[in-house]
Amino acid sequence: MSPIQLQIDGRTVHTEAGATVLAAAQKAGISIPTLCHHEKLEPYGACRICTVEVESGGRTRLVAACLYPVEEGLVVRTRSPKVDKIRKVILELLLAHAPDAPALQALAEEYGADRNRYEKEASFCIHCGLCVRYCAEVKKLNAVGFIDRGMRREISFVPEIASQVCWNCKECFPLCPTSALQAAYVLVEGLLGSTRGGNPE
Amino acid sequence: MTHLERIDQIIDKHQAEPSLLIQVLLDIQAENHWLPPEALDRVAERLKVPMARIRHIATFYKAFSLTPKGRHEIHICMGTACHVRGAQRVLSSVEDLLGIRPGETDLELKFTLETVNCLGCCALGPVMEIDGRTHGKITPSQTAEVLKNYE
Amino acid sequence: MARFHSPEALESYRKGLLTDRDPNKPCIGLCTGSACQASGSLKVAERIEAELEKQGLKGRVNFRKTGCHGFCERGPMVVIQPEEIAYFQLQPEDVPEILTRTFQEKTIAEKYLYTDPQSGERLVRESEIPFYKFQQRLVFGSNGNIDPKNIDDYLALGGYSALTKALFRMTPEEVLEEVKKSHLRGRGGGGFPTGRKWEESRRAPGEIKYVIVNADEGDPGAYMDRSLLEGNPHSVLEGLIIGAYAVGAQEGFVYVRQEYPLAVENINLAIEQARAYGFLGKDILGSGFDFEVKVHRGAGAFVCGESSALMTALEGRAGEPRPKYIHTAVKGLWDRPSVLNNVETWANVPLIINNGADWFARIGTDRSKGTKIFSLVGKIAHTGLVEVPMGVTLRDIIFKIGGGIPGGKKFKAVQTGGPSGGCLPESLLDLPVGFDELTQAGSMMGSGGMIVMDEDTCMVDVARYFLDFLTDESCGKCVPCREGMRQMLKILTRITQGHGKEGDIERLEELAEVTGEASLCALGRSAPNPLLSTLRYFREEYEAHIREKRCPALSCKALIAYYIDPEKCQACQICFRKCPVMAIDGGKNRIHIIDQDKCTKCGTCFEVCPDRFKAVRKISGQPLPPPLPEEARVIVRGAGKKAQTIE
Repeated sequence: MSPIQLQIDGRTVHTEAGATVLAAAQKAGISIPTLCHHEKLEPYGACRICTVEVESGGRTRLVAACLYPVEEGLVVRTRSPKVDKIRKVILELLLAHAPDAPALQALAEEYGADRNRYEKEASFCIHCGLCVRYCAEVKKLNAVGFIDRGMRREISFVPEIASQVCWNCKECFPLCPTSALQAAYVLVEGLLGSTRGGNPE
Repeated sequence: MTHLERIDQIIDKHQAEPSLLIQVLLDIQAENHWLPPEALDRVAERLKVPMARIRHIATFYKAFSLTPKGRHEIHICMGTACHVRGAQRVLSSVEDLLGIRPGETDLELKFTLETVNCLGCCALGPVMEIDGRTHGKITPSQTAEVLKNYE
Repeated sequence: MARFHSPEALESYRKGLLTDRDPNKPCIGLCTGSACQASGSLKVAERIEAELEKQGLKGRVNFRKTGCHGFCERGPMVVIQPEEIAYFQLQPEDVPEILTRTFQEKTIAEKYLYTDPQSGERLVRESEIPFYKFQQRLVFGSNGNIDPKNIDDYLALGGYSALTKALFRMTPEEVLEEVKKSHLRGRGGGGFPTGRKWEESRRAPGEIKYVIVNADEGDPGAYMDRSLLEGNPHSVLEGLIIGAYAVGAQEGFVYVRQEYPLAVENINLAIEQARAYGFLGKDILGSGFDFEVKVHRGAGAFVCGESSALMTALEGRAGEPRPKYIHTAVKGLWDRPSVLNNVETWANVPLIINNGADWFARIGTDRSKGTKIFSLVGKIAHTGLVEVPMGVTLRDIIFKIGGGIPGGKKFKAVQTGGPSGGCLPESLLDLPVGFDELTQAGSMMGSGGMIVMDEDTCMVDVARYFLDFLTDESCGKCVPCREGMRQMLKILTRITQGHGKEGDIERLEELAEVTGEASLCALGRSAPNPLLSTLRYFREEYEAHIREKRCPALSCKALIAYYIDPEKCQACQICFRKCPVMAIDGGKNRIHIIDQDKCTKCGTCFEVCPDRFKAVRKISGQPLPPPLPEEARVIVRGAGKKAQTIE
């Protein structure tokens, strides 16, 4: 792995080729907010809150830090009026779903996001995908997945698998930033009733 | 041939190859007019793909239906050219006539109503296609007449 | 048919074909593209076959079912060679007369010719017709001379000679250089320089590489790829094989929408026939180059037209796009170098190899070379597929070729680039079509959809329509696209329903900015374009909707009322009978009145009121006149006198 030198917020940072801007920043103690990122999982790039400005070859772009590969001489700005606006709007859009989610409160305050800017939406899932990806990549069970697309996209437990494995696992529960996962599980539990194996009741 | 044997035949045609999952499901859908659950179980088993992935695909792509469809599929084109020529009003009149909305099937399983995003017959817009037969330059007032002809 | 094991064997076969085909023998070419089929051309085909038999013409006249000929408004159509006589809007019952007059009497069946709307002149030859005259049909023109189900027709026109030139007289690097020199840019929407993309893949590390045809044409209103793939599949295939050779790929894919069954059928057949002739498989024509191609059907997702989503679908997954910080040309399908190009882009390749990069670069403008096929649709007299050199103005395409706006209506806007593009107003009609020109004006070339709109089109509704489309097609993975568009759609819907409020435009602009800059893929990043371009050029329409609750185009249902003008109503009772909700209070000799509480704004009364009365009007943004008192509604018709109302 060859060494790479880049600039983040005016500081010179050293890392290796193949690293992401997020990893380089974290290593240097520079914080970039994330919602869908987890060190045990492949980067997902869905929440877009880690958006940063990068400059290379005379071109400035807005990219997801969790996925953008470092380059020699890259200049990164983790805060700017543009970046801050993007984060504020993303938070406002998510607060419409989960206004009380703990993961969003501190960020909302920092970026001046107004939880009432948009009408409340029915589901509190923010589609970070942590539950789905954890079950697929770490547990390799695929007990919960996404269904449908666009605004109708949702997380959904696969009843035949969930009934066998979830009760004794629930490792994804602490990952959920909004309790939408727990709600989805309670729903499927209700459907499964007494067909679940290993029910302590 | 049993239903399951036919599913196996379709899977074999695509060498039970996981990357051909969508092609397998398209063939099953074409034959049955929907994706029966036991077919999906078989596909998961033989292609060795997680059920979660199959369910995502079955709901992500418009071609698939997890519920049986009606005898006649009505496709109303909502492409831009048709839209500009008044397709929305044609759709509203069919919705009113049949009491169903796009994606739904009526109670007698006679009609399934779908909107499509361009049939490529823009010269004939607005277009309503039923069972492969194209009704071009259709107006809201004509829809009732056309639908009457289907059993 | 035996495989060709060498270019000489191919040429010798081709020579034989040409010798057998007498160019002077009359040939009827009937368009059987999907649009003409929808107009009934297959029934016309049956009748032609029957009549040729009946009139004893079978030996003397050839008949060919060809690919799409472009003039879809006037289909079903035939072109009779060698005289190039073009007959339009044919039905089976017209066939006997056409055959008799053309072949027995050796004259013209005048009433089926194209009539010039200005001069009234009847034009005989296809190339004289304005629709065709101003086009340059380099890529599309062959459709009229090919039966897409017969590879020999393609060979007779010189097909696969570019392939032999590339394989035997050029190195892969030389092919690459030629495509680079031509400055061919992608025809699918991105406009990325094709040669550069090929080079990136060629130079990328890895033994296994792929070439892919993107035939997932999803822009509503655009169907040129469909017609090209249906009508001349070999042109695309030949381009693909040449590209594979240049890049170093042994495997290729054609990703076609399953909504295009005829295209799926024809490309599959073309591949089978090409394989049988030795243009696919191992050691093609004895060159040592191996290449195979498979067809993959799409399953109904617009987002799969995006290159990384398409590749994800090829891997058998839900088509969610991936970040492209590393180009798919380097890490694409299965993380391997993959060249994905649009159908029309591939079809240009054989022409470039045969005629040379310099020839190609002389056509078009400085930064947009070659021709482009557009689907000219919407409020236009001559709906169809047109191919023009880059640099032709929008005005020429719409008015000279397209015949202008029908019904005496006024042009309002032209939408290009599909849901990723924008609407351009009258003031920009003299814009030359080119990638950069359209982008700078706030739209984009896109895949070539060109939708013409007139004074009856509400531009706020157009923005809402595209957002509705995109929210349905979004994969839903990233927040700016899924949530940003959700909110934009909500606001636009409210505005078209008469509930717009101050601050809505600012909110829309903020959402548009974030969605456009932070979305994961090009679908999300370009989603705000229709909204932004309509705000840029038609802002007053938004303001009228919000502040005055008025729809200037008289289109938004919630903002219009249908009204029967008492001065014009003659109580013919047609609307009274046709109203689906019985909202019209009418009767013999009584001026009709629409009950606004029952009216569903379906527009039937407006449609059916006879032209000579034109009594039904749409009103927006103002209160309706008070209804006439009963006594004033009676129409007295004197003998021989026009009906008049009694005050």
